[in-house]
Amino acid sequence: MPPHPETWLCVRPEGLWCRPGEFYIDPVRAVPRAVITHGHSDHARPGHGAVLGTSETLAIMRARMGEGRAGDSQQALGYGEALAVNGVTVSLAPAGHVLGSAQVVMEWQGSRAVVSGDYKRRADPTCTAFEPVVCDVFVTEATFALPVFRHPPVEDEIAKLLASLALFPERAHVVGVYALGKCQRLIALLRRAGWDRPIYIHGGLVALCGLYEALGVPLGPLLPVPLVKRGGPAILAGEIVLAPPSAEATPWARRLAEPVTCAASGWMRVRQRAKARGIELPMIISDHADWDELLDTCAEVQAPEVWVTHGREDALIHALSLRGVRGRALHLVGFSEDDEEAAPVEAA
Amino acid sequence: MSLPAFATLLERLLFTPGRLAKLALLRQWFASQPDPERGIGLAALTDELVLRVAKPALLREIVAARTDPELLRMSRDYVGDFAETAALIWPTRPGVNAPPPGLTEVVDAMEAAPKAELPALIADWMDRLDASGRIALAKLVTGGLRVGVSGRLARVALAEWSSVDVGEIEEVWHGVTPPYASLFAWLEGRAPRPDAAGQPVFRPLMLAHPLEANDLAALQHEAWRAEWKWDGIRVQVVAGPGGARLFSRGGEDVSGAFPEIVAGLGFNAVLDGELLVVRDGEVAPFGDLQQRLNRKTVTPKMLRESPAEVRLYDLLIEGEEDLRMLSFDARRARLEAFFAREAPARMALSPLIAFGSIAQLAAVRDGARAASIEGLMLKRGDSAYVAGRQKGLWWKWKRDPLSIDAVLMYAQRGSGKRSSFYSDYTFGVWRGEELVPVGKAYSGFTDAELVFLDRWVRNHTTARFGPVREVEKGLVLEVAFDAAQRSSRHRSGVALRFPRIARIRSDKPVEEADRLESVEALIAE
Repeated sequence: MPPHPETWLCVRPEGLWCRPGEFYIDPVRAVPRAVITHGHSDHARPGHGAVLGTSETLAIMRARMGEGRAGDSQQALGYGEALAVNGVTVSLAPAGHVLGSAQVVMEWQGSRAVVSGDYKRRADPTCTAFEPVVCDVFVTEATFALPVFRHPPVEDEIAKLLASLALFPERAHVVGVYALGKCQRLIALLRRAGWDRPIYIHGGLVALCGLYEALGVPLGPLLPVPLVKRGGPAILAGEIVLAPPSAEATPWARRLAEPVTCAASGWMRVRQRAKARGIELPMIISDHADWDELLDTCAEVQAPEVWVTHGREDALIHALSLRGVRGRALHLVGFSEDDEEAAPVEAA
Repeated sequence: MSLPAFATLLERLLFTPGRLAKLALLRQWFASQPDPERGIGLAALTDELVLRVAKPALLREIVAARTDPELLRMSRDYVGDFAETAALIWPTRPGVNAPPPGLTEVVDAMEAAPKAELPALIADWMDRLDASGRIALAKLVTGGLRVGVSGRLARVALAEWSSVDVGEIEEVWHGVTPPYASLFAWLEGRAPRPDAAGQPVFRPLMLAHPLEANDLAALQHEAWRAEWKWDGIRVQVVAGPGGARLFSRGGEDVSGAFPEIVAGLGFNAVLDGELLVVRDGEVAPFGDLQQRLNRKTVTPKMLRESPAEVRLYDLLIEGEEDLRMLSFDARRARLEAFFAREAPARMALSPLIAFGSIAQLAAVRDGARAASIEGLMLKRGDSAYVAGRQKGLWWKWKRDPLSIDAVLMYAQRGSGKRSSFYSDYTFGVWRGEELVPVGKAYSGFTDAELVFLDRWVRNHTTARFGPVREVEKGLVLEVAFDAAQRSSRHRSGVALRFPRIARIRSDKPVEEADRLESVEALIAE
């Protein structure tokens, strides 16, 4: 009988540890050997020894951390390719979260565990779609694991922004987005909705947009937000401006013409969340699975047991138990409920 | 098709802080929606829609029947608001492809359906809507839209959309009822103005300009009459065969909050006056009146402890006769005769102040220390009663403001245009060795001072609480205000009326800011 994954995949202070393979997955501290699911800063941390990931994830890590800090050595693995690590067969499957994001599939002595990292099931023009892998233990996130979180069709949310631009052509529309993933996805969605005009981007988003383009994701014309003299006329009326969340609260935003503060996030589904952040136009666009998608995915992978890394594990485990699936909370620390902590951007 | 459209409007209004943006949203609604939808939507927004509402418990039952109790509890705890939880957690049923209900359909059916059929009816609508449609529905049927659209704002939007003067709209507003078909027909030029004769409708008020030094120099005292400017709420009293109402300055019907006033309206006239809480002949602090506002029902305790009365300033209409084109002097004579004849309950004449020169009047103004008096009103004896703020007819001559030197304690970001500025300032004074907050100000400064204050706050932050920053106790602000009053709701025990930032006193050490005792000494008993 194959060994239960409990016996070879365990939680240590550094993170999730594959014992026979002697590597960690998305460790929160620097470790000798790490497999990284994707480039968000709470999953990809600096200072590891050997790092394994998709070539896109490795490129993102180098761009964000600098060559020296993105692992002493890097090894790229394409989706579907297998690698033997101390008798553990490791392969990566697309997770659909951001460019290069992967699920880590591990097989040891006939038992298979899948660590999905962060994932979504909706189509995203900027990354490869999630592929379910049948397994004995499925390790999932639970960011939006409450039945109140059901993401509406993205086209409807983009239409809200375009309708607002038509109604308020005298105002700049500033959308708060994370630098990696959400920013580029939003641009791609706007292009698909027919917005051909240049999109203006905050300095904090420029580098990763350039990297996406270099990795073959076309984003159309992007322009930096121009500098203006203090007291000069307000600019970018009727234009779309993308900026890190909370940039609208900083002096940076004062050059913009009566900005409409927009946000693109799954949290915008709950009104109090949007109100508390002073968002005038909330758009429910998420790079995470919603409630139905979490449950559907757990069913598709046919795992009799699901481990939950972070988020609302109580609700997900309860719902899985109603379906006869054993759930287990891993209580991993170090993962933020948003994709990344909003970095202070006052100086930008 | 229009419940989803209404839901979209509600959602945008809820998240939009700016008045101009709200007006644009409302104009678009009037322009894009058919009758009767747009009128029903308008009535729902301004709280004029009289709808049989479902009890929140009914909504709970409907949702509980479709969801797991544990998941519902967790969701409710997370979201907070039950109507919103219900809308978000509602499981869509595959195969439901009926179109979403119309706003009219919902309103009509809520009225007509037997009570026993309501649960099935509401569940069916929920099935046919998306999440924001379900939120709108849940709020509508449980009677709590709360989107911050005042009747006045809606009427300004109607005026902007139709290019009809807002004053004209005010005069018919309270004579028309949802869905306002006759109003829209008139505003679109398809029908004559709705006839509001005999209805208790609001007439736009005449307003005053603040008196500046050079205006004062030009005054010929013989031409002017003077009255106290009471620190209450300006109201219009309307009574006649069609009913009796009490309107606020902006045309909101506040009758429900002051039943003791409305109960005594047995005459046929329209009066202008100031609503005050008066105890044993003494006018109570403004705070006591404020607590009675915005209430649909009033407790006997409040009626006993904070009885209201109206100090009468003017008589606009008596019987069928419109007096507004008469001079102030003529109207005043009519008002006095009316008052003597009718002796209306809970009303008093606001007295005219005799004076022989402007200098004498200035002395009267300076000598008025009672908290219930904000200053003086000057009205030209030959002026007609004209809606709005026409220069040179009425002046308000407020008392010189009081001021204190206070220390900046907290700052909060503004909204809209000010969302990148820390523009709301909480300030305090010394009580022993500690600072106690005495008020909050968000006006009075120039643009340049705002930039200075914002930068000062960012550079001296010691703690953050959401949108609020606590700052080093290092900046003195000269705060001007109209009056100081006792308040049990403030930690310092003092509340200031209309505080604003008069000057930034970077030159002054914080130790030299005022003490609480000196603020208490400004309370006029």
